[in-house]
Amino acid sequence: MSIELVNVCKSFDSNEVLKGLSLTINDGQTTTIVGASGSGKSVALKHIVGLLRPDRGDVWVDEHNVSRLDQDSLYRLRRNIGYVFQFAALFDSMTIGENVGMGLRRMPELEEDEIRQRVSECLALVELSGYEDRLPSQLSGGQRKRAGLARAIATRPKYILYDEPTTGLDPVTTAVIDEMIVRMSEELGVTGVIISHDMKSAFRISDRVAMLYEGMIRIDGTPDEVRASDDPIVKGFIQGIPELMGAKS
Amino acid sequence: MAAITTHVEAVGQAAIRSVSSVGRAGFLGIDAVRALRKVELWGPHLIPQLARVGVESVPIALFIATFTGIVLSLQASYTFTGAVPLYFVGTLVGKTMILELGPVLTGLALSGRVGANIAAEIGTMRVTDQIDALETLAYDPVAYLVVPRVLAGAIMFPLVVILANAIGILAGWGASLVLLDLSSPEFLKGLKLFFLPFDVRFSFIKSITFGVTVTAVGCYFGFHTRGGAEGVGHATTRAVVIASMIILVLDAFWAAVLLR
Repeated sequence: MSIELVNVCKSFDSNEVLKGLSLTINDGQTTTIVGASGSGKSVALKHIVGLLRPDRGDVWVDEHNVSRLDQDSLYRLRRNIGYVFQFAALFDSMTIGENVGMGLRRMPELEEDEIRQRVSECLALVELSGYEDRLPSQLSGGQRKRAGLARAIATRPKYILYDEPTTGLDPVTTAVIDEMIVRMSEELGVTGVIISHDMKSAFRISDRVAMLYEGMIRIDGTPDEVRASDDPIVKGFIQGIPELMGAKS
Repeated sequence: MAAITTHVEAVGQAAIRSVSSVGRAGFLGIDAVRALRKVELWGPHLIPQLARVGVESVPIALFIATFTGIVLSLQASYTFTGAVPLYFVGTLVGKTMILELGPVLTGLALSGRVGANIAAEIGTMRVTDQIDALETLAYDPVAYLVVPRVLAGAIMFPLVVILANAIGILAGWGASLVLLDLSSPEFLKGLKLFFLPFDVRFSFIKSITFGVTVTAVGCYFGFHTRGGAEGVGHATTRAVVIASMIILVLDAFWAAVLLR
C-alpha cells in the first residue's frame, strides 16, 4: 500500500505544469515535495486526492488508480486521505467543532456521542481543546491551520496531505506545526505528504525529500542525500542562490 | 491583415468560451440530477434554503407587487378613460399581474437578491478552497450545495409569486377605490370577467422555471468562480445578468407555447 504517481502530465490551457512526474510515497514515511512557487507542487498534491485528473499518466493510491475511479469509489477512497489546505479552508459558517466533525458525519457507523468525543480528541491533539464553539474568524492563522489539521485527522486517515502547512506563519508557530506533523506520523502512524518551499522545515520533519523542477522530480532521497547533492539546481534551491539554478546542468 | 486576424481570433475564442460554458452548465445539470439520490447530503439543507430563498424574499416581492398593482390600476384608468368601461381596470390588473408582471418582476428582483447571494456564497467557497475541502471530506458538493438551493427555488418561487400576484391585485383594488372613481363590485366584476383558472397555472409554471433558472445560474457562476474577491464580484454580476436574460427569454417562450 502506497501512493504512486506514474508519468503524470497536466496542462492548464497552454501552460504545461507537470511534464511526466513520477514519484513513489512509501508507507509510514513523511515525504516533502519541495520546489519553487508555481512549480506544480499543489497540482501534484491535488492529483493524489483526485481533485485534479491527469492529462496523461496514472495516480495510484492503495492500488486504486485515482484517475480512473468513478465518483462513489473516489469518495470512499478519500475517507482514507486527510487534506490540510494551505489556508485551512475551514467552513466559515460553521463552528470549529462542526468543521472537525464534517468528515465524521459521513461515517454512518458513528453515533453522535462518538463524533463529539472524536472531535474533542482531535482538537486536544492539536492543542485547541475548548475551541469547539468558536468560529474560524475568531482564530489566528496558526490556530486555523491547527483546526484544519484536526479536521484532516478526525477520520483517522492512512494518509495526510499537507499543502504548505507553515507558509505565512511566524517561526515559533512554524515549529509548533512541524512538531505536530511529526507527532501525527509517530502517534497515529500515518503516511504524510507535505508540499513546501521551506527547506529548514522539510529537512527537520521528513523521511524523504523530493524536489519538483520544471514539471518533473529533480531529486528524491533522504534529507542527507538531498543536502549532499551536487546538482546545481538542487543546491541553488536549497541554498537560495538563483544564479546556481540558472546554470542548468 | 494583423488587425483582422486579431478580431477573428477574438471572435473564435469568445465562441469557444460560450460553447464550453454551455457544456459545463450541462455537466453541472447532469451532476445535479444524479445527486438527487444523495438525500442524506441535501435533505438537511432543504428547509434552511426554503427559508432563505422563499421566506426571506417575501418582503421585496410584496413591495414590488404592491406598487405594480397601484400603477397598473392608475395606468388602466388613464388609458380607458371615455373609451372603455372603467370596471375593465379590474380585468387588466388581474390579468397583467397573474400572467406577466407578478412572475417576471418577482423573478427579476429575486435574481438580484437570491441569484447574487448564491453566486457570492458559493463563489467565496470556491476561491477559499472550501468546495475542494468538501470534496476531500467525501461530500459531493453538487448534492450538498446545488441541489437544495435549486429545489428551494423550484418550490418557493411559485409560492412567492402567487403571494405577489394576490398582493398586487389587492393593491390595485385599493388604489381603484381610493384614487379612482370605482367601486368594489365594479372592480371585482372586471377582475372575474376574463379570469381563467389556467392563468394561475400559467403563472405557476413560469415561476417554477424562473426559480430553477435563478438558483441554477447562481450555483453555476459560483462554482466556476476564479480568482479572489474580484472573481466573486464578477461571478455575482454575471449570475444576475444571465439569469435576468434567461427569465425574459423564458417569459417569451412560455407565452408562445402556452398562450397561443
